[in-house]
Amino acid sequence: MLLFIISAATFSIFYMVPRLLGGTPETLATRYVGRAATPETVHLIAEKLGFYDPIWVQYGSWVKAIFVGADYDLGASVEHCAAPCFGYSFITHNAVWPELIDRLPVTLSLAIGAAILWMLLGLSIGTLSALRRGSFLDRAAMTFSLAGVSLPIFFTGMIGLLLFSYTLGWTAPGGTYTPFLENPGEWFYALLLPWIVLALQFSAQYARLTRAGMLETMGEDYIRTARAKGLRERDVTVKHGLRAALTPILTIFGLDFGLLLGGAVLTEQVFSLPGLGKYAVDAITNNDLPKVLGVTLMAAFFVVVANLIVDLFYAVVDPRVRLG
Amino acid sequence: MMRKTRALVAGTAALALTLSAAACGGSDSDSSSGSGAKAEFNAALTKVFNASEKKGGTIKLANAGDWDSLDPGETYYGYSWNFLRLYARGLLTFNPVPGPEGNELTPDLAEGMGTPSDGGKTWTYKIRKGVKFEDGTEVTSKDVKYAVLRSTDKETFPSGPAYFEGFLNLPEGYKGPYKSKGVNTDSAITTPDDQTIVFHLKSAFGGFDYIAALPQTAPVPEAKDTGAKYKEHVISTGPYKFETNNLGKDFKLVRNDQWDQATDPFRKALPDAYEVQLNVNADDIDNRLLSGDLDIDITGTGVQPAALGRVVGDPALKAQTDNPTLARLWYTSINPTVAPFDNIDCRKAVEYAADRVGYQTAYGGPLAGGEIATSVLPPQIPGAAKVDLYSAGADNTGDAAKAKEALTACGQPNGFATNISYRAERPKEKAAAESLQQSLGKVGIQLTLKPFPQGDYFSQYAGNPGYVKSNNLGLVVNGWGADWNDGFGFLSQIVDSRVIRETGGSSNTSVRIPEVDTMLDAAIAETDAAKREAAWAAIDKRVMEEAVIFPGIVAKSLIIRPKRLSNVFVSEAFSMYDYLSLGVA
Amino acid sequence: MPEGQAFLEVKDLKIHFPTDDGVVRSVDGLNFKLERGKTLGIVGESGSGKSVTSLGIMGIYNHRNSQISGEIWLDGDEIVSADRETVRKLRGNKLAMIFQDPLSAMHPYYTVGAQIVEAYRVHHNVSKKVARKHAVDMLGRVGIPQPDRRVDDYPHQFSGGMRQRAMIAMALVNDPQLLIADEPTTALDVTVQAQIMDLMHDLQAEFNSALIVITHDLGVVAELADEVLVMYGGRCIEYASATTIFDQPEHPYTWGLLGSMPRMDRATQERLVPIPGSPPSLINLPQGCSFSPRCAFEDRTGGLGATVVPELARAGGSNHLVRCHLPTEERQRIWAEEVKPKLEAP
Repeated sequence: MLLFIISAATFSIFYMVPRLLGGTPETLATRYVGRAATPETVHLIAEKLGFYDPIWVQYGSWVKAIFVGADYDLGASVEHCAAPCFGYSFITHNAVWPELIDRLPVTLSLAIGAAILWMLLGLSIGTLSALRRGSFLDRAAMTFSLAGVSLPIFFTGMIGLLLFSYTLGWTAPGGTYTPFLENPGEWFYALLLPWIVLALQFSAQYARLTRAGMLETMGEDYIRTARAKGLRERDVTVKHGLRAALTPILTIFGLDFGLLLGGAVLTEQVFSLPGLGKYAVDAITNNDLPKVLGVTLMAAFFVVVANLIVDLFYAVVDPRVRLG
Repeated sequence: MMRKTRALVAGTAALALTLSAAACGGSDSDSSSGSGAKAEFNAALTKVFNASEKKGGTIKLANAGDWDSLDPGETYYGYSWNFLRLYARGLLTFNPVPGPEGNELTPDLAEGMGTPSDGGKTWTYKIRKGVKFEDGTEVTSKDVKYAVLRSTDKETFPSGPAYFEGFLNLPEGYKGPYKSKGVNTDSAITTPDDQTIVFHLKSAFGGFDYIAALPQTAPVPEAKDTGAKYKEHVISTGPYKFETNNLGKDFKLVRNDQWDQATDPFRKALPDAYEVQLNVNADDIDNRLLSGDLDIDITGTGVQPAALGRVVGDPALKAQTDNPTLARLWYTSINPTVAPFDNIDCRKAVEYAADRVGYQTAYGGPLAGGEIATSVLPPQIPGAAKVDLYSAGADNTGDAAKAKEALTACGQPNGFATNISYRAERPKEKAAAESLQQSLGKVGIQLTLKPFPQGDYFSQYAGNPGYVKSNNLGLVVNGWGADWNDGFGFLSQIVDSRVIRETGGSSNTSVRIPEVDTMLDAAIAETDAAKREAAWAAIDKRVMEEAVIFPGIVAKSLIIRPKRLSNVFVSEAFSMYDYLSLGVA
Repeated sequence: MPEGQAFLEVKDLKIHFPTDDGVVRSVDGLNFKLERGKTLGIVGESGSGKSVTSLGIMGIYNHRNSQISGEIWLDGDEIVSADRETVRKLRGNKLAMIFQDPLSAMHPYYTVGAQIVEAYRVHHNVSKKVARKHAVDMLGRVGIPQPDRRVDDYPHQFSGGMRQRAMIAMALVNDPQLLIADEPTTALDVTVQAQIMDLMHDLQAEFNSALIVITHDLGVVAELADEVLVMYGGRCIEYASATTIFDQPEHPYTWGLLGSMPRMDRATQERLVPIPGSPPSLINLPQGCSFSPRCAFEDRTGGLGATVVPELARAGGSNHLVRCHLPTEERQRIWAEEVKPKLEAP
């Protein structure tokens, strides 16, 4: 339901804004023809892209294509675009769905790797900070995390590339993504720096969350109980303290991760990773509606799914929610 | 806490600077390697840099955007026309040599230049024997005819140039070979034998050789044509063919063993492969070019602002660049449909008062912006002559006295108010408009800035005559680049009043001179190149006399010379490195 | 074990916390002994140092911000100076603790069984299965019905009394020789309180462990304790057998505590006599006797109360210590003539 609302809204914005500014089907179509195209060509394309139909008819046929597929005229032949058919790019005339599927693994690779890294970093830094509250380590970590939060990916990414890729040659230069199945080594090499840069930003936030959570839980009565049982301090911290502090962090993590699956826009842009985020940016820059719709829907889908999983997960992780 | 963070940021920034300096320091040591060519500014502008015949290696290229289409029948970018010659051979092409000769046409698939008959209405080309597609079948004139015809199907190939359907005497209502199957097209193109192709035009066109040089004449085997999907695997006739092609991401060209050097007058085919990445972050491209990790920014439009400062400020880096002039004019239209510009003296006042240096600075200065233009035709267009009708003061910042005189003659001695439009997304155009606002303001011409979205700039606003008039867009910041370097290719879309459509969409907004239209028709029909070129110059002068265009600047770009490659030179036809001759040093 | 040494012996125990405002002297020179099978009640208002004492014996304090000195001998081993790992191994094993408010003292995310199993397995190298069986056993022994099923419940699924039973099961799982119960019944309603106290009484007899009950409620002490230590401002101000404390208390503070004790035989609760004033700041203890500002009989010390710290000295009962400037006879007289009649008034 939510997905329909989002797609309908995207659709409307795309059509309504130019209309309100006085545009016509032809002016819309001029974006998708060569320069100095003849009025005949413009008219032809406006017709082909369905710009003369009322907006709900266009939206209807777009939705219909998702469920039952559609036919697309390639000139030399007619191609059937099987469901789920997200239409064809206005500009490159490529089918959108296969492109999305093609780009998903890139974003997935980036998101998973970065997530592992930032959780490890964030949780350990946050925990250590909380345990050594007020110490030099704590203050250094919190300064680092403030920097991490406030430095934009554009900055850290460019610096990272300049330093580690172009000067020291430790990490891969931008735009060298290789699929995992093709060459795991190169996949790892190409994603290492993006992972670190993305994780840096997130881990800062998670370090703060963890620190705050741990400061709270480590003062709880059940921590004193755990100590009274004679548990090793590490078990007290991890199994009792962190376990309790983790719940709200995991909630935020689920949402962050879902959002990230819709495309780590800036990171993909800086490192030229052909993921969904880069795809979205390129689509928007080119006013390529079917692509924009496809990627928006996919991103929205991930956010919805992530929300759902977080809700379910909450019940698993906190017995009071499950049974109470 | 805050202060500490700021110090940290500053520290990191300083680190970055040091690093970039280190990167620069590293670069000059190996740029002097190779075959002893001296790396200096503009070293590859008019001569071959690092000449070599060495074969082998892989050339790596990147594109900040997506390719409009790899199909020669549909692509409309200069860099694409330059590059696709590696896998497609049209009838003619621009000579891949350095210097002004690069602007001349030379036969490619055709044996010679076109033979006009019927006063320039019929053009005949002979095709070389022995040219084969990558599958081994021999190319015939029918494949060329099919390629041209399919390119006229604008429903399937909306992005491609539309010259053929404009000039060819096609049957009424012809929609290309897909939809108009079996329709006899001999009225437009005949193929008397496998080696001969004859184009029949609606009216005489002296410069048809330029049309025959469009990539749309590259042959397409009908049996292998997949319409809109053909770009996924173009059947090669050149020395390279597609090995992989991931649309929107990357593709790789490898040697085509069916290509025969004996059939090809100029291709060197030095490297073993070309790897091209698409949609790469533009700033990253610059960094990789400077580090030598990447060879060519394929679009050839020059470095991004981020790298520009670094390059200009460092002699070692600057020595690794070339600064070609483009056949592109960043100008401002002066609309005679908007009062008081209906009076020529008021238009002249703008020409006099405008600060040319300020305008140039707005676009990035002499290196990255361009040269100050005094007329419409860029200097590298054959026939272009120096026309400078309006003085701009000693230091090119405007001649206020002359402008005042013109205003008085116009009956507006104290000036007047009007609007200037520009594309909102383009900061350079905004700066240009502001520069004019300032310099014209000094003589009393008050400009109000009117930004519009670039997607609809010509279709709805600045290119829509009704809108221009009713909203008093006296001045329109504008720009135009030639499809090819010739008077027709440059002028026809911007000085012909007949391209202006009342519904909008034309770049020409201000040139409505009946005499110029007549001059254009005569020049187009002229088959004698020298006379034709003289005619373009005359048109240029005539347009400037009417003061309907403030010419602004002829664009230049600063491009980074590949460190690893041999045979590097700038093609004057494409105003970027020639992509046919490169080798890996 | 050196000859004559008690099972638990605390000597001159001091636990101080340096803060920006000054040193908090939570426990300032405490001495007591306890034998197996015996119960010591430590009584005092909140902030008197009684809970800190128990945590100090357990070795649960932040080593970075607390200073501890003195000696604690447990079964012949000194544990203040022992290394932390040694103390950790004793904790939950030889000495265990029951906390008040078991809802917050048990981890909400683990089942009751898992928490007991964990406590057992820290000190016993057994499989989870064995430990679980032991946990079910313990739950049964503390009176939880259907222990094999309830063992997989979470703390929030238990009632308050059941949780306290589970807490006790968790503390007793390793057969501790010393059990410290910190306000074991405070969070419970009256009938359940009685059940829990009965249970503790029975279990102590069964395990023959030493028990320290920490409470502000003299009712609990009356029920469980053999001996009573009354704490005020981090110090012991009266020490005696439970009988003596209730029959012949000699410190005005103890009288106050007795006065504020709700008793079944009293008609209404309105008659309770609260001790005027509030507990002293542990940073700036009053000059002289720390109780003097609240003491109703301070004027009878001849000014000593405000200037000199009274010694913990032998008093009327056997093995009876009191920290007060008033002479023993005077105290006995006041108790008999002035205080006791008021407390017993109908």
